[in-house]
Amino acid sequence: MTTIALPSYQEATSRYEPVIGLETHVELGTNTKMFCGCPTEFGAEPNTQVCPVCLGLPGALPVANRAGIEATIRIGLALNCDIASWCRMARKNYFYPDMPKNFQTSQYDEPLCTDGYVDVEIDGETVRIGIERVHLEEDTGKTLHVGGATGRIHGATESLVDYNRAGIPLVEIVTKPVPGIGAKAPEVARAYVTELRDIIRSLAVSDVRMEQGSLRCDVNTSLNRPGEEWGTRTETKNVNSLRSVERAVRSEIIRQAALLDAGERIIQETRHFQEDTGDTRPGRSKETATDYRYFPEPDLVPIAPDPEWVETLRASLPERPSIKRARVREQWGISETDMQSVVNAGALELIEQTIAVGASPAGARKWWMGELARRANETGVELSEVGATPAQVAELQSLVESGKLSDKLARTVLEGVVAGEGDPAAVMAARGLEMVSDTGALTSAVDEAIAANPDIAAKVRDGKVAAAGALVGAVMKTTRGQADAKTVRELILERLGVS
Amino acid sequence: MAAISREEVAHLARLSRLAVTEQELDQFAGQLDVILQSVARVGEVAADDIPPTSHSVPLTNVYRDDVVQPSLTQDEALSGAPDRTDDRFRVPRILDEEV
Repeated sequence: MTTIALPSYQEATSRYEPVIGLETHVELGTNTKMFCGCPTEFGAEPNTQVCPVCLGLPGALPVANRAGIEATIRIGLALNCDIASWCRMARKNYFYPDMPKNFQTSQYDEPLCTDGYVDVEIDGETVRIGIERVHLEEDTGKTLHVGGATGRIHGATESLVDYNRAGIPLVEIVTKPVPGIGAKAPEVARAYVTELRDIIRSLAVSDVRMEQGSLRCDVNTSLNRPGEEWGTRTETKNVNSLRSVERAVRSEIIRQAALLDAGERIIQETRHFQEDTGDTRPGRSKETATDYRYFPEPDLVPIAPDPEWVETLRASLPERPSIKRARVREQWGISETDMQSVVNAGALELIEQTIAVGASPAGARKWWMGELARRANETGVELSEVGATPAQVAELQSLVESGKLSDKLARTVLEGVVAGEGDPAAVMAARGLEMVSDTGALTSAVDEAIAANPDIAAKVRDGKVAAAGALVGAVMKTTRGQADAKTVRELILERLGVS
Repeated sequence: MAAISREEVAHLARLSRLAVTEQELDQFAGQLDVILQSVARVGEVAADDIPPTSHSVPLTNVYRDDVVQPSLTQDEALSGAPDRTDDRFRVPRILDEEV
């Protein structure tokens, strides 16, 4: 293909109107797979969480996991959808080794949830994203292409397959096309996925981690000239972060605008987002579009949610995250940016629980967003799994506030807590980290420092108060940092008769 | 007229990655045609008041609890594989299809 000069994003969106649509897959956090009792834990040895059902062995029969149905309905309700009173699972037939059955159990023309919406806020304006459908399906196995140099299928001679992931419940959420948002399309796409992630996280049905693949996103983009019909869309896959969602839409708008400017037409195709360059490259051509031959899954009976059950689930939905954020932000008195960091770190609930057991908002936030967030980041775990509980953080902060620990000592205590040595007070006692608050002990340390540094002491007596810093340092050294520097300073000045 | 053409049978075989000879195409087209014609006859007698049946038993909402059951061991899981590595199924690459 000839290289075409790319217009700027501004030029592109001044000539064309984008229409976007998003398909999001969410891996549910159930204990077991959707149609069998195999565990779903991440990172197990290959092919150790499989059974005759998820391996598609002859004669094996699936039974639906109630928790998967319930989670899907709760997602649908949280997205303001109608819940089907009766629907069926369907077989999506295709030949590919990631599904040993040669079909994926999914839903076709009878999704469990339909016709909802999500509101997002862009620059103070509300944009409503329509939800076309929310349906339940199963995840596929993981293939590893070997024999080639790149690890990708091109050049590979064979594929190695691990079916641990095959059969884990997956919820697909499809938006209606979103027109009329102009140059804000990339921002809207990102805001939608962010809001969707927050809503699903609040339901506690998935850990929704894009980097681990439990939230995956495909972005459809088309352009049309103002007043004309919608253009041909492309589908961009491999979009694995919120930032990438925004970049993928933006680069696709520029790419399509360049083609249209040159009088070419857009080919309906699947493209892959390139994390390094931020642009999209063609993937599988739709010319070989698969004929999935869907039909109702005969081995699974229809799903007919009891309306009373649905109403119970509706009544127990948690507060909508955007509403909760606004409320909490006001209570804590922090900026929108700080609030967003708290949400992104997965710290909102933890900080709330820490406050509930007695910490101040600032004190609770300081530990979760500081030391603990840093640790979680370094070790690659969720903040909630970092090894400290809200009660322990509240206790730590109260030890600081009562003067028993300095901030520095508290960090050391926290290390002990995270390492499983016990609650903060116990760690403090066991490691002998408590601040020296006994005035007698402190006074003798001060006297020792004065006696050991007669020259400095003389300077201070002569009025060079700044010289006292060296004496403070000496005392802090003998008390191994376990004294309050301000108290020590006051005591030194008092003993030298200059206070 | 035949209910299924030879071309349609070839298409289905391709989708299923089945190597079907020219002779088999004729044979299967004929057999499938008999099946489809028979099903079509049932369609003729099904009036509007008879909903299409997808399940032979009138059951809904059959679920299990979200409780872990023992899986197969890795060796058991891989025992039926035509080819394997230590811990994975080994299959030929599927040409130019990246799902």
